[in-house]
Amino acid sequence: MSRLAGWVEHGPLITDGAWGTQLQAMGLAPGEVPDLWNLSHADHVAAVARAYVEAGSEIVLTNTFRANGITLKEAGRAGSLEEINRRGVEISRQAASGKARVVASIGPTGKMLLAGGITPEEARAAFAAQAKALAAAQPDALLCETFSELEEAEIALAAALETGLPVIVSFAFDTGKNKDRTMTGLTPEKAAAAIARAGADAVGANCGAGIEFFPALVERLKSACGLPVWIKANAGLPRMEGGRVVYDASPESFAARFADLAKAGASFIGGCCGTSPEFVAALLAQRDAWRNL
Amino acid sequence: MPEFEKLHQAVLDGDQKAARSLTEAMLAEGVAPLDMITKAMVPAMDEVGRRFECEEYFVPELLLSARAMKASMELLRPLLTASGAQPAGRVVIGTVKGDLHDIGKNLVASMLEGGGFEVVDLGADVAPEKFIEAVKQSGAQIVALSALLTVTMPSMRTTIDALNQAGIRNQVKVMVGGAPVTSQFATEIGADGYSENASAAVQLARKLMAGSQA
Repeated sequence: MSRLAGWVEHGPLITDGAWGTQLQAMGLAPGEVPDLWNLSHADHVAAVARAYVEAGSEIVLTNTFRANGITLKEAGRAGSLEEINRRGVEISRQAASGKARVVASIGPTGKMLLAGGITPEEARAAFAAQAKALAAAQPDALLCETFSELEEAEIALAAALETGLPVIVSFAFDTGKNKDRTMTGLTPEKAAAAIARAGADAVGANCGAGIEFFPALVERLKSACGLPVWIKANAGLPRMEGGRVVYDASPESFAARFADLAKAGASFIGGCCGTSPEFVAALLAQRDAWRNL
Repeated sequence: MPEFEKLHQAVLDGDQKAARSLTEAMLAEGVAPLDMITKAMVPAMDEVGRRFECEEYFVPELLLSARAMKASMELLRPLLTASGAQPAGRVVIGTVKGDLHDIGKNLVASMLEGGGFEVVDLGADVAPEKFIEAVKQSGAQIVALSALLTVTMPSMRTTIDALNQAGIRNQVKVMVGGAPVTSQFATEIGADGYSENASAAVQLARKLMAGSQA
């Protein structure tokens, strides 16, 4: 039984949009680990969180996607792991000011277990340290997102469950003709079944190839495990235009998919790379329209 | 020639142990190293690429096959070098400055090695000057640039511009790849080629080598 069932008993909740691309718009340098800004530019991070809450997000994430021991060590900041994660939760909690729940983000390590990039023990230690640091600041749930490799997701999930908090696990399905597999060939069915068996409270899809692929993914995740389904789609695929990165989907065209997603069984709907508070507002408008049908 | 078929199968199955022991056995029997490569392993890697294209194989299978091929090549390369045989080409590869992601780059490097290329892997977050230095030192014919982040894609252009300024741009072919990279972007920044995945990267590198010799 999912501990998140009570959150979504009245229908889908609208989560937030992108963080990385929002922070870049505020001057985050290419390649700089965004999570470091929780300490150096907390005001900018808070502004992103606040903008989502003001747009109506019912769940805001935290700027902690890459604050695991392995990435922070590469950035020379392993010693700040606890503080970066704690501040991440505190900043979002304060911005939420009681109007939104806070779900703390945990991303993959960026290394592949099957390629020998890290050992299972190293991954375990990295996720355990991050999950513990996040949990100490009391978010409402933990989210392991953008995973491709099942083994890494299972390790992250186990570490996250240790905290006692509800845990959502979300995969990046962006490979194959129908964009319905992760980079390692993992299908939604296999991912959902494994994650449910391991005790997750919700399963999801994020990033990926574009929102048009998500209704089918939602159906397949849902039918494979029965858990609430979490989705966060990109605003289309990024393109370069005159040296700048642009995303093709408008808030309206993105949000127009709301009914399809809700019908397919999505319980948490939001945006990934390239989306903004305008996308959240558009999603809320679509949900209101859908409820009044 | 059952041994050639067995070696072919070992690479296709990604069976590193079998690939190594078969290579050892065949060398002991006096089979020419170059024959093992051209008659067994290259066709096997081509088949791996084909299966990847039609989604029978995914990244894990690709990696295992590339490793099996590498295990065999480690035994063969010293013999090839001693006999004066040249690799399929020499490639300097790296993830561009500002980008720490190396999964895709490592995969392309493995596949290129599997395809008979000699690979100089500079790692991730590689500054343009390092690419220039590596090209000068290694005499590589190809520079392969990787980026995962949209925000680090401009570093690909900077790197190509730096190769130009160093006066070595016309000595090398530049190929680019990574999740956000497109063939349109490759053309825009003056690269010589783009490949969508690690398997296609090997085909592209072969095509670029054929072009550079023409």
